[in-house]
Amino acid sequence: MAKIRVETTINGEATEYLCTGQQSLLEALRDELGLMGTKEGCATGDCGACSVVLDGRLVSSCLVLAAEAEGRTVKTIEGVAEGTRLHPLQQQFLEQGALQCGICTPGFIVAAQQLLESHPDPTEEEVRFYLAGNLCRCTGYDKIIRAVLEAAAVLREQTT
Amino acid sequence: MTGTKRGSTGQIGARRKRVEDPRLLTGQGTFVDDIQLPGMLHLDFVRSTHAQARIAAIDTSEAAKCPGVVAVYTAEEIHGFVPLLPGPAELPGLRAPEHHVLANGHVRYVGEAVAAVVAEERYTARDAREAIRVDYEPLPAVTDMERALEADAPLVHEEFGSNLAFELPLGNETAAALEEADVVIQQRMLNQRVIPNTMETRGIVADYRRSDGQITVWLSTQAPHLIRSLLAELLDLPEHRLRVIAPDVGGGFGAKANLYGEEMLAVALAKQLGRPVKWIEERQEHMLATSHGRAQLAHVTLGAARDGTIRALELRILADMGAYPHIMTPLAPLQTAAVMTGCYRIPCARAEIQGVFTNTTAPDPYRGFGRAEAAYYLERAIDLLARRLDLDPIEVRRRNFIQPEEFPYSSPTGYVLESGDYEVCLRRALEKVDIGALRQQQGRLRSEGRYIGIGFASYVYRAGFPSLPKLPRTGFLKGGWESAWLRVDPMGKVTVLTGTSPHGQGLETSLAQIAADELDIDLEDVVVRHGDTASIPHGNGTMGSRSLAVGGSAVLLAAREVRHKALRLAAHHLGVEVDAVRLEAGRAFLPGHPERAISFADLADLSYSFLDLPDGMTPRLEASATFEPHNWNAPFGTHVCVVEVDVQTGEPKLLRYVAVDDCGRAVNPLIVEGQIHGGVAQGLGQALMETVVYDSEGQPLTVSFLEYATPTASDMPTLEVELTETPSPLNPLGARGVGESGTTGAPPALVNAVVDALAPFGVEHLDMPLLPERVWRVLHEAGAVR
Repeated sequence: MAKIRVETTINGEATEYLCTGQQSLLEALRDELGLMGTKEGCATGDCGACSVVLDGRLVSSCLVLAAEAEGRTVKTIEGVAEGTRLHPLQQQFLEQGALQCGICTPGFIVAAQQLLESHPDPTEEEVRFYLAGNLCRCTGYDKIIRAVLEAAAVLREQTT
Repeated sequence: MTGTKRGSTGQIGARRKRVEDPRLLTGQGTFVDDIQLPGMLHLDFVRSTHAQARIAAIDTSEAAKCPGVVAVYTAEEIHGFVPLLPGPAELPGLRAPEHHVLANGHVRYVGEAVAAVVAEERYTARDAREAIRVDYEPLPAVTDMERALEADAPLVHEEFGSNLAFELPLGNETAAALEEADVVIQQRMLNQRVIPNTMETRGIVADYRRSDGQITVWLSTQAPHLIRSLLAELLDLPEHRLRVIAPDVGGGFGAKANLYGEEMLAVALAKQLGRPVKWIEERQEHMLATSHGRAQLAHVTLGAARDGTIRALELRILADMGAYPHIMTPLAPLQTAAVMTGCYRIPCARAEIQGVFTNTTAPDPYRGFGRAEAAYYLERAIDLLARRLDLDPIEVRRRNFIQPEEFPYSSPTGYVLESGDYEVCLRRALEKVDIGALRQQQGRLRSEGRYIGIGFASYVYRAGFPSLPKLPRTGFLKGGWESAWLRVDPMGKVTVLTGTSPHGQGLETSLAQIAADELDIDLEDVVVRHGDTASIPHGNGTMGSRSLAVGGSAVLLAAREVRHKALRLAAHHLGVEVDAVRLEAGRAFLPGHPERAISFADLADLSYSFLDLPDGMTPRLEASATFEPHNWNAPFGTHVCVVEVDVQTGEPKLLRYVAVDDCGRAVNPLIVEGQIHGGVAQGLGQALMETVVYDSEGQPLTVSFLEYATPTASDMPTLEVELTETPSPLNPLGARGVGESGTTGAPPALVNAVVDALAPFGVEHLDMPLLPERVWRVLHEAGAVR
């Protein structure tokens, strides 16, 4: 089968890959580029484990075709930390113990980062509703919500 | 308690950040789906679309012709190299059906594997799966247990003549006590079928090396050693050449403690085809084919004196076996019976258990396995009793609590509770919610037409199973013991190997804390490894809230032995008697003589130097240890839930959730809280929204996250958790289990709260899940809304 050549920007770096017409962005990231941090939880867009940011919009990468990334920018979990320095969100997840098995965690970090970029000072309720598209079966969400609110405070301090 | 030393580094009881988190937070965890091997093939399954049917024919010819398809299999093709799955645990009189990996001419539930495809790519396998034609002759099916026991019900297994899998009475006589009771309450209660829905579905990669017969299996499992033994036995593979690795595992909740047909087939095919075989379960497959949980129904009878003193409890339990029970499926109702009297002094208790075949996916362990069901029945029944007697449900609980001085307490169903202090959790929970003010507020709001409910649940369960004389079939649970191996490398860094198999419980951190505390070194100097049968001593895995109390105790024993050896070596080096030396804060020294000291790292190095050792001492600081608990430990607690029910819509809204739990010594309270949070979320999920729905033909209607609701962040309240610490005498850590506390406390607390809110309308009971529609209908029938 003829493959499609895609030129895109992933985590700030110009990237090329070959994909088939039926492959999802999730599969291209994982299988073609070896970016294994983005996880498949349902492949039907219901759980948020595969969350990435596409041109500034939070999407389920299982519902985006790999070919659709042509000419666009993609941000994944691999682009959140700076080298070995954790992003304040990751740091707060660590401090608060906001993860357990960890498979949904990359999706939560990516989604929460997107939330804080558009809403730097969210209420608890806003955080709960924004993250309602990301399912976690281990934590009961409480520590995740605390971590996001704490990280928001840290990030606000950094920008002032 | 056998005196746990608290090291100067203060590890035990410290809220240490989890050492496993940095890799998981950055996407560097390695789950089974992240394993890619050269030449890897993809396995996929055709699954039954009928709840019961005879298979007239299967045509795989089109699928076999698809480019990229390597092989297609039906029952016929795997006959001879893939055996039957192990049957259920051998209970007296249990009828065990044959459980084929691929359906053998007859399907008995929607989702049963019928054929398998192996292809070069995942998509190719999926396309080929669609090209397989199965000619079904549908037959009547039954998914409801009560219906299944009726004389004219369709039979799941024709050869048995009925759908009754087994019958078992447990406990003592209750008839006389119920006869003499002032009041008897009776209620049918449903513990509905739920789906574990680990966020990582099941998955396996199996690799066979022809040259030496080495087989390596990466499996999303809770118990790699148990699975290895089963695979070796069933597939007749040399156990020492079979390596099972549980990498990062994305949740288990009991559903990954079993060997499944898909997994056994993947291993057999890797050997047969000589290429690595990968299978990653789809979410819909998970909902259909991974074991379910609960699926129990009980007729509860509780007899009491007028003052609320409970005289007798009787449960008539129907336990769903599905179509093909797994090894542990029949054990759930036995667990229910064992702890049915909870934290109360109930002199007469009896369970009449019936296991029932249905045309459904088999239930198996799910967080709380059997014991959560028991707590639900009892805590609901106590509220019914309090209502009937017009007593405060808090007082009824208090009046019947087993008191601290009454332990060890033998229950009528044969469970010995070793220790506990139920009052302390109840009291703290009531203080936290400020019960007096809360009840005043409830009364005030009621007069304004707003309906607040306060629900209580005091629970106890049993965790960390001991070795039992009649454990299930060979190859599975070898006992209740757990192993640990601890070694100090030449530079003084410590590696701990544990036979437990954590999958989110944070044991890489809490077990390291135990070792660091005992050796009095920094946490950073300890690494915990697990889940690889090639390097880890045999262990029994992580399930039944056992890993910290049992596995952690093994780590403590190993660390203790290494500590003693280090002290002897230090004494030799310093030229003094062993009693004169102390090991503290990373060094051994002579108190009062600070110059006469040796660092732990130098001591470690010395231990590898044969000529520097005292006579008779073997080189190296290392030890292996095994800990066997002689009884189950008993975690307990009280949960209080406050809800407001909108009587117009029937929607229960969570206002507060307070949990006071006792898991004995809490090694890492940060992790313990997380365990309670997650369990409460799953318990509230069961109570509020989760349920598997079948239509009249036996089709499951809940096969995606759109139809099967699990709690989201917006469904959950803030969780207020507090710990009390009543040490368990059963292990050197003084620890109790905690993993299942939340799923045990939450369902009765929530349902009791909603029923309390609806008390003005005469509502006495509601079956879970309390979906708005169900609540609204009850209110409608009660005339509260039109």
